[in-house]
Amino acid sequence: MALDRSFKDQVEFAAYCREWLAKNRPEPTRIPLPQAAYEVTLPEHREYLEDWQNKCYKAGLIATDLPVEYGGHGFEGFQQVATSEVQKANVPYFINWIGLGMAAPTLLTHGTESQKRNFLPTIFSAKDIWCQGFSEPGAGSDLASLQAKAERKGDSWIVNGSKVWNSLGALASWMLLLVRTDRNDKYGGLTYFVCAMDSPGVSVKPIHKMTGESGFNEVHLEDVVIPDDQRVDEVGAGWKVAMSTLTSERGAATGVGAVASSDSPMSHVERLVDLAKSTTRNGLSSWDDPAVRDRITRLYVRVSALVENGKRAQSKHLSGSAMRLPLQFKLVHSEILQEIHQVALSILGPSSSLYVGDADAVEEGKWALGYMNTYTNTISGGSSEIQRNILGERVLGLPKTK
Amino acid sequence: MAVPRDYAYDEEQEMLKSAVKRFVSDIEPLSSLRSSLAGTEDPHLGDTRLGYFDLDAWARMTSLGWQALALPEQAGGADMGLVSAVAVVEEIGFGAMPSPLGVTLESSFLLREMNSEAALEVSRRIVDGEAVTWGFMTSEGSLDVSVNGVQENEGVLKGAVHFVQDLQKCKALLLPATNSGRTAWFVVELDSPGTSIKRDRIVDLTRDQGSVLFENVQATQLSDYLPDNQVYQRARPALLTLISADIAGSAEWMLQTTVEYAKTRIQFDRPIGFFQAVKHPLVDVMVHIDGTRSLVYAAAATFDHEREGALPAALSAKASASETAEFSANRGTQLHGGIGFTWESDVQIYHKRLIHSQHLLGDGMHHRRELAALL
Repeated sequence: MALDRSFKDQVEFAAYCREWLAKNRPEPTRIPLPQAAYEVTLPEHREYLEDWQNKCYKAGLIATDLPVEYGGHGFEGFQQVATSEVQKANVPYFINWIGLGMAAPTLLTHGTESQKRNFLPTIFSAKDIWCQGFSEPGAGSDLASLQAKAERKGDSWIVNGSKVWNSLGALASWMLLLVRTDRNDKYGGLTYFVCAMDSPGVSVKPIHKMTGESGFNEVHLEDVVIPDDQRVDEVGAGWKVAMSTLTSERGAATGVGAVASSDSPMSHVERLVDLAKSTTRNGLSSWDDPAVRDRITRLYVRVSALVENGKRAQSKHLSGSAMRLPLQFKLVHSEILQEIHQVALSILGPSSSLYVGDADAVEEGKWALGYMNTYTNTISGGSSEIQRNILGERVLGLPKTK
Repeated sequence: MAVPRDYAYDEEQEMLKSAVKRFVSDIEPLSSLRSSLAGTEDPHLGDTRLGYFDLDAWARMTSLGWQALALPEQAGGADMGLVSAVAVVEEIGFGAMPSPLGVTLESSFLLREMNSEAALEVSRRIVDGEAVTWGFMTSEGSLDVSVNGVQENEGVLKGAVHFVQDLQKCKALLLPATNSGRTAWFVVELDSPGTSIKRDRIVDLTRDQGSVLFENVQATQLSDYLPDNQVYQRARPALLTLISADIAGSAEWMLQTTVEYAKTRIQFDRPIGFFQAVKHPLVDVMVHIDGTRSLVYAAAATFDHEREGALPAALSAKASASETAEFSANRGTQLHGGIGFTWESDVQIYHKRLIHSQHLLGDGMHHRRELAALL
């Protein structure tokens, strides 16, 4: 699906993206969208978001740099441009963020030729929504202790077990699935599959989060049959593939998936500045309180650093050792986002108690809701504590904790 | 003009940076610094220290032209810009090298804003290997030139400047002086009649510092009389960025050295780096350093390619660097335990350089206050 246009350079492509986004920005939904794609449950939201993602895909903003045979647009060096224009445009997020951010990069690296040809185009178009089945009730931070198992039977595998913290499970057609194929080898006994969610024996039960929303699910697998051609990489290579999925999730801030996160960290700081300027107490604007201003400015500096880290990671000579910057992104981003919300609640003071649905809640209660949802970022995809272990061990070379 | 995505940092800068790294590691500046300190350890008993200066190392550095890399070609400089200067200063910071290279590079960015034959003449002296410093702080540390009190009248200066860096290593001082409310820049020979110097006793062992008192001192005017100390305002982003680069280098040494210690020091039958109480703060130090380093290169590239955005970028860099200095020094000493608290350990030398740099030209709070006004 080649885009029917040629572009001279990144500048010209950026101008095209900006113009397209301005012209095609969708009307808001009747019921406002949840803050993140994690929490989408309503059919009308789903349809609206699938349509939006598909339009963006056709316009060349998704899979921009990928080969045409996998559904890409075949450009080179344009994805970053598209990503940054999408983030600046303040448009709805892409619903298939797990597909774009995790499934696609994993399949591109570890999938067979036919897996890439079959699965990638419908990930990009959002025809198929993807979810992820890694964590289990007994396997969180120590993911490799997972117990869901697959047993070989002819050309297929029979899978039994439970997966938890599964986002978008109720909407998804496909799941990235990590299961045990050998009881006696903790890390080498894991194998990676893709599983059709409509297979007999798959059941999805929603979990309500502390916010009250039901974004994620528990998924039970009972004698689910998965054909061997849905295995990703070798039997026993599951841990390696899962680490590559998680590295993509934790974001490197580049590549095919980055486009899925629809707002930039800097936009949160800008909203915080606006909130401080528009909030008055005892006749003074919060922005005029030097203590508040200092905390916000400190966040501004940290976000600027995060943005520049993303640029420096692309520099041949200044990026440092290979994974030093990319592995920091998730940790730093999630903790900054949390602090931004903490500061917002301080500025709101007593109003911070008003929640979604209260007529007097500032900005429909989004700061309180958003604050709680920041724990999604600091806990999921490997908690901040696990991120610090990974950075300490893989980048600094300190002795392993496990 | 847009800031290039790779900060215009290329093979040329990379070669320069590795050359400085090799040079600093070969001369082992801290071992010769240490012998110069013998007998001065105890502040209650020791003598006033002289600023340690390895003249031979300076001669070798100037023969390679590093002090002149940012000066214009007209003066015989290499005209390489702030990104290159930052690459050099980062390595000077990594080695905690006592040297007037930092202040001389800073002076060259001031001289570039002065647009006069006299300023070119001072630049040529730097090209020939002379170290030059600059300063105009009051005794309270104020950088507001309108209150700093050095007055000029017919080429003669009266007043004083304080907290001048690496004074003892330099022959000449650049400073602004006022006359009827406007400011021009001058150069003063530090041995000229009427000049007296007070050497400060400072915490940082790798720098020296002092005040200069002028009683009717002949000075050469380098810039026009302009309102608002414009020369300084235009060069200021470069000065802030250079000090931030020095911090990024020193903090990286602190990180690497503390990581090595955490891998080899055994307690409870394990290297202490196994424990998350040690491992996680070291990761946090790395996160601080990387943010600072990215902001430093961004500020340098902005200064070189998009001058109108240079000030906020430099304020962010120094705000970040000041926190990195404080945090890396704090964790570096703490995680070394008792040995990190001793005179014998190089950790104390870096710790002192870092906290000195933290406060040079203003700390994090100071720069955030100014940055906030731009948000």
